[in-house]
Amino acid sequence: MHIGIDVGSTNTDAVLMKGTQVVSWYKTPTTHDVTSGITSALTNLLAQSGAKPSQVNAVMIGTTHFTNAVVERRRLSQAACIRLGLPATAALPPMIDWPPDLRETIGNHWYLAHGGHEFDGRVIMPFDEQEIRGIARQIRAKGVDSIAISAVFSPVDQAHEHRAAQIVAEEIPGADLSISSEIGRIGLLERENAAIMNACLRDLAKAIVNSFRQSLKEMQIDAPFYISQNDGTLMSADYAEKYPVFTFASGPTNSMRGAAFLSGVKEAMVVDIGGTTSDVGMLVHGFPREASLAVQVGGVRTNFRMPDVYSFGLGGGSLVRRDPLLIGPQSVGYELTSKALIFGGDVLTTSDIAVAAGVADFGDKQRVAGLDPAFVQDALDRIQTMVAEAVDRMKTSAAPIPVILVGGGSVLISKPVQGASEVIKPENYAVANAIGAAIAQVGGETDRVFSLEKLTRDQALDQAKQEAIEKVLAAGAEPGSVQIVEVEEVPLAYLPSSAIRMHVKAIGDLRIEG
Amino acid sequence: MSQNHHDYWNVTPDEVESIALGAGILGTGGGGNPYLGKLRLWETMKRGGRPKVISPDQVPDEARISTVGGMGAPTVGIERLSQGEEMLGAVKMLEQHLGAPIPYVISGEIGGSNSLSALIVSAQSGRIAVDGDGMGRAFPELQMNTFVIGGIPVAPLAVCDVRGQSTVVSHVLNARWAERIACAVTVQMGGSSGLAARSMTGAEMKRAAVWDTLTLAKKLGEVVRQARIRRDDPALAAADTMNGQILFRGKIVDVTRRTTAGFARGHLRLRANSGSDELDIDIQNENLIARRDGEVIAVVPDLITLVTEDDGEPVGTEVLRYGLRVAVLGMPCTPQLRTETALQFVGPRAFGYEIDYKPLAGRWPGRVN
Repeated sequence: MHIGIDVGSTNTDAVLMKGTQVVSWYKTPTTHDVTSGITSALTNLLAQSGAKPSQVNAVMIGTTHFTNAVVERRRLSQAACIRLGLPATAALPPMIDWPPDLRETIGNHWYLAHGGHEFDGRVIMPFDEQEIRGIARQIRAKGVDSIAISAVFSPVDQAHEHRAAQIVAEEIPGADLSISSEIGRIGLLERENAAIMNACLRDLAKAIVNSFRQSLKEMQIDAPFYISQNDGTLMSADYAEKYPVFTFASGPTNSMRGAAFLSGVKEAMVVDIGGTTSDVGMLVHGFPREASLAVQVGGVRTNFRMPDVYSFGLGGGSLVRRDPLLIGPQSVGYELTSKALIFGGDVLTTSDIAVAAGVADFGDKQRVAGLDPAFVQDALDRIQTMVAEAVDRMKTSAAPIPVILVGGGSVLISKPVQGASEVIKPENYAVANAIGAAIAQVGGETDRVFSLEKLTRDQALDQAKQEAIEKVLAAGAEPGSVQIVEVEEVPLAYLPSSAIRMHVKAIGDLRIEG
Repeated sequence: MSQNHHDYWNVTPDEVESIALGAGILGTGGGGNPYLGKLRLWETMKRGGRPKVISPDQVPDEARISTVGGMGAPTVGIERLSQGEEMLGAVKMLEQHLGAPIPYVISGEIGGSNSLSALIVSAQSGRIAVDGDGMGRAFPELQMNTFVIGGIPVAPLAVCDVRGQSTVVSHVLNARWAERIACAVTVQMGGSSGLAARSMTGAEMKRAAVWDTLTLAKKLGEVVRQARIRRDDPALAAADTMNGQILFRGKIVDVTRRTTAGFARGHLRLRANSGSDELDIDIQNENLIARRDGEVIAVVPDLITLVTEDDGEPVGTEVLRYGLRVAVLGMPCTPQLRTETALQFVGPRAFGYEIDYKPLAGRWPGRVN
């Protein structure tokens, strides 16, 4: 059996699964120290299912801790950045587009060195070992021991980043190194930003992963545990300590993956309707589609593997106003159970509309009996339209596709959604997040520029696929389960010499021992 | 705007923000994202550089002036970031070749990332940037500009790479050859380079340049930013400023792209927000032709730009995707691009389309020399 845990900002959910079956689940408030919330969820989960700790083979955890740390500028450590690219890149030093407060929080330590590669693999300038040693010594003198290393076109050739890392490790024994080519894709500033954010989260990652480890130990669960990543795949706890940035945005991803699992549908639009907002994202092969534009985290541009999620102001607590009819974006939020009409309050909410229309049954429906039926119908139609528009916005082709509804607010949708081939409301939608964590797979991807001087396009594509497959196997996938789920090619405009950028992603089931 | 020799426009960082946004709208989907250029200019200004701009009519007739810009692939541009002085290095190389100083520079292209080129060189070196360019929009090739159309030789031209290596192309048969040679050198330099071209007199520049386009880009950026704050319609504000129109409002329902001969060619279909009207757009790095229900309603060299429906952010042809909700702006180009001679360089036939140019209604909002 295995356990999925979602440590959200409000609730900690845990779900026990046997293979692909949900055995039991438990929901408890998230605690300030995280550990006791998890311990409480696990204790109750095992107690109510009768399972023994020794029967648990794997634990998968989803957490928003690291995103929040950056957004709130809390518990970040000092970090330095070494960039190899001189004489190129000097015009735009590291962290140039960061919010100044965040840059200052982590010390604004950056160094430029010679090296890096051209798009076709030639070096920009030779690697200079003494230069890197000198920089490493300056960093050591400052007492900084978490270092991000970036190099121009390192997704094409990682050699300079790795040589620099080796030298820094020699000069600063025990230093934490965050290497940009292991973290991001083409786009130097964005990839480097991610590496630096990773560097300033390394201490926190050790602490958090350790507290997870502690909770499991207290529960006498002696199983490997994994942390979910923003692309819906898992990383091992050891890996998570090294790459905390990969947890960014794993929350919406897990809810979408959970929806895919609960419904059994892999190509669909997921609509997660909460109390205040709804998130809409598209599932492709059971995984969220990634955003193609730069995504900001805490004011910093990144090019992470982030789900492309559209959020809008519709939830079960959204305010409904008349003349003219207006729904949201304001919401009574967690006060729904005291402020909504059906709960004895005096605020007209979307939940009141659903109950008045007879599509949902909770609270006291007598309290909304006096609402004008025509108005109730108009409001319900408007809600329906809002969801249909959001679904349409996120579609990648005009063809109708299934829509999966999850979240407490999904009661608002009672009719077929325009543009949807069917509307699915799965059971157990309340713990879609934790289930999403529990069923996550492992993935690997390639994103780099191939010069087509010596390779044909097909050879380049094969090479890209092979690299992605090697990465997914290294991440712990069951060899037989590996498949390529995404292939994207972007030709490079303006240059007559042929080069192409390939983005390939492979996934596989996690090998679970026992 | 009235200026004299001692009354330069000292561009502020906030104006740079507006110019970059306006330049994106004038970029007609191509020209590269001005984001990195904006950061570069800001960084130069933070280090004490002050870009100075002069109106074209204030440049002395006998003064020497060159066009500046960056060459290369946007994907290289976002990875191998600029050393900073590639364009300045090219200007200096050209000066060395000519044996004479070049005190004035002008951007070759106001649309997209090259819009800020003259300002960057100005901030770095004290040379004066001229308020104008050679396109009044973006185009993919060196010969597609008003200097070439006006018969001003592109050579000598210099390219300079991130290492400070530079070379001069002193003689070419025509601008197409200049494009080929400079591009081949740029590939060897790693896919991007700084470019300085032409040795023009002030009088020649005044005759051939598109005037006041930095001011126009700034104004365009400002109205869009103001419309966002006031929650007005930014697309409409942009169209009005350009004496243009909103050709269409809708969402992208189909995108196809392929690369041939160094061009990203493609086709785009949009469907109206209400009703079943469709708009088709042909793309070759830039948006070139808009057809509504099969009928051509706007065509190059007039400007066709997609902006996001919500905030009027220009949408580059590289980030087009299904579902994006946009307004399509149709804006009249400068009359300099509408002459019979100009259309041979930048009209639909120059891009391989067997259709005639039909000018959009409305008058180019800039001064016409």
